[in-house]
Amino acid sequence: MRPVTSVPSSAPAPLRDLSKLGRPKSVSARSTRESIIVGTLAVAATFSILVTTTIILVLATETIGFFEFPDVSIREFFTGLEWNPLLGSEKHFGILPLVCGTLLVTAIAASFALPVGLIAAIYLSEYASPRVRATLKPALEVLAGIPTVVYGFFALTIITPLLQKQVNPLLAGFGPTDSPVAFGNYNALSAGLATGIMILPIVCSLSEDALRAVPRSLRDGAFALGGTRFDVSVKVVVPAALSGIVAAFLLAISRAIGETMIVALAAGGVAQITANPAAEVQTMTAYMVQIFLGDAPATGVEYKSSYAVASTLFVITLVITMIGQWVLRRFREEYD
Amino acid sequence: MARARSSATRLLQDRAFLLTCLVATNVAIVVLFVLLASIFWQGWDTLSWKFITSFASRKPAEAGILAPLMGSIWVCSICGIAALPLGVGTAIYLEEFAKRSAFTRIIQTNIMNLAGVPSIVYGILGLTAFARMFGTFGTNVKDSISVGNEESLFFLRLPFGSSVLAGGLTLMLVILPVVIISTQEALRAVPSSLRAGAMALGATRWQTVWGITLPAAIPGIMTGAILSMSRAIGESAPLLVLGGLLLVFNTPTNLMSDFAILPLQIYNWAQRPQDEFHYIAASAIIIQLVVLLVFNGIAIFIRQKLQKPLQ
Repeated sequence: MRPVTSVPSSAPAPLRDLSKLGRPKSVSARSTRESIIVGTLAVAATFSILVTTTIILVLATETIGFFEFPDVSIREFFTGLEWNPLLGSEKHFGILPLVCGTLLVTAIAASFALPVGLIAAIYLSEYASPRVRATLKPALEVLAGIPTVVYGFFALTIITPLLQKQVNPLLAGFGPTDSPVAFGNYNALSAGLATGIMILPIVCSLSEDALRAVPRSLRDGAFALGGTRFDVSVKVVVPAALSGIVAAFLLAISRAIGETMIVALAAGGVAQITANPAAEVQTMTAYMVQIFLGDAPATGVEYKSSYAVASTLFVITLVITMIGQWVLRRFREEYD
Repeated sequence: MARARSSATRLLQDRAFLLTCLVATNVAIVVLFVLLASIFWQGWDTLSWKFITSFASRKPAEAGILAPLMGSIWVCSICGIAALPLGVGTAIYLEEFAKRSAFTRIIQTNIMNLAGVPSIVYGILGLTAFARMFGTFGTNVKDSISVGNEESLFFLRLPFGSSVLAGGLTLMLVILPVVIISTQEALRAVPSSLRAGAMALGATRWQTVWGITLPAAIPGIMTGAILSMSRAIGESAPLLVLGGLLLVFNTPTNLMSDFAILPLQIYNWAQRPQDEFHYIAASAIIIQLVVLLVFNGIAIFIRQKLQKPLQ
């Protein structure tokens, strides 16, 4: 701040034309403007609540509409073992085959992506030199940005033919003679592996974030006690970051459950309860694609059934997301 | 207590784990390499300028991606114009203005939950809310209310139907949580001393946000915005619900035009049994990946060049 005494007291400086500076804003004008802006921002923030409410309302209304059809019963929907709304004279709406298909694909994806992703994350965070990290991280980001339809294409044109050529000869003579176990053009394994590749970057980069958030002092302490790098990373750093890792796993699993284009392209269209990875399965999302691509009339029971499937999918993923957030809150280790 | 192991065993264990790490990491790299190589190997031969500038066709040799490419550009532009102000506004409100109340906690939890909703569910919402507008204007196309000339740029119709506007708004729903969360992270990274300084000079809270916090957070916000836009370009399930696999033979002229998008065109070709269609699907994927690479490149450039360290 300039000292007041330095203002020359002799010849008075010419007055500046203050009008050129513009009229000073009154405090009330400023605070009005301020509250208009804050109000607008608050409205923007409430939009997300509106989105959720509308999703729930739309799904609930249409699902109730679906259950009002005479062919449908709530009991059969949750416990029935058959899902064949499009074929045959008698329609069955039991969602378990679709849930089972989704679970099979998700289980295959998870059993590939979770271990590989976590170990790659441990490597990136605990072992890799900065230069290696600087090359690998962008590669993972590229993998994360690839559209899912590309993974579907990869499953259909590369993974499935590979399974047919390499694995089918090994499977010859396996299973009952009337229905031998062999990989067809559509199978759960191919879709599951492609989904696993898709969620791999999510698992890896979120787990790595969690690992890197563990303070240096914990590692230093473990090294000082004579731990090897393996002891430090697996017995100290991973347990300390466990909440973040579990949250990353759950997020990846919910992505796999909601994945649409890969299963629509590679998993096939037969809704059945099976644990056979070579079998053709239909997932919840793939069924929705079949309905929205087909020409089922918008008022028919088949069309409405897709909303009931969507509600089930929404509830399942919502529960997983909420468990993930709960794990993060409840089991977070605080180091300060 | 477990029995103490000899240091030789422990060192061996350490080596073995490092080997596992290298294998796992290399699996990821090899997969990426095989994926890209197989697509280039399948799609390179059919890629040509003619492929980019011609419309769809029943014959794979004559088919092109002009309509889906332009459709993707239209839909993503609308999506960006709608999602970025809304998302950044929400994030600013939550980070800079809102008090820590039950209401803001609900909004915050809600945004995290929305980020986990499968994109195909957003498609259903878009279909009901934008394409059909809850049936307010009837379910028949003839009942729709039109404003302006169908040829003009400003043609508008209610309900929107499966138009580029409905598509862009649906994608907006999909990427909104991503934009909000990444903007919040960028704002949180701005040191609070900057805000305190501005406040101490007599700035109001909005003046602080507009003059100090936002400029400091811009690189982070831009990076998040570009990454969410690259998600929007690749997203296909919600738009499949909205309009199905439209065969479109013209590029969009206004907000009410029908549209095709690149990922759905890829899906359309990939699901056919003939190899010829798989080859042009691979060519379309190459174009899609080039667009994505440009987006990611810009994001990385911004992150590395514009991000000045703040003390």
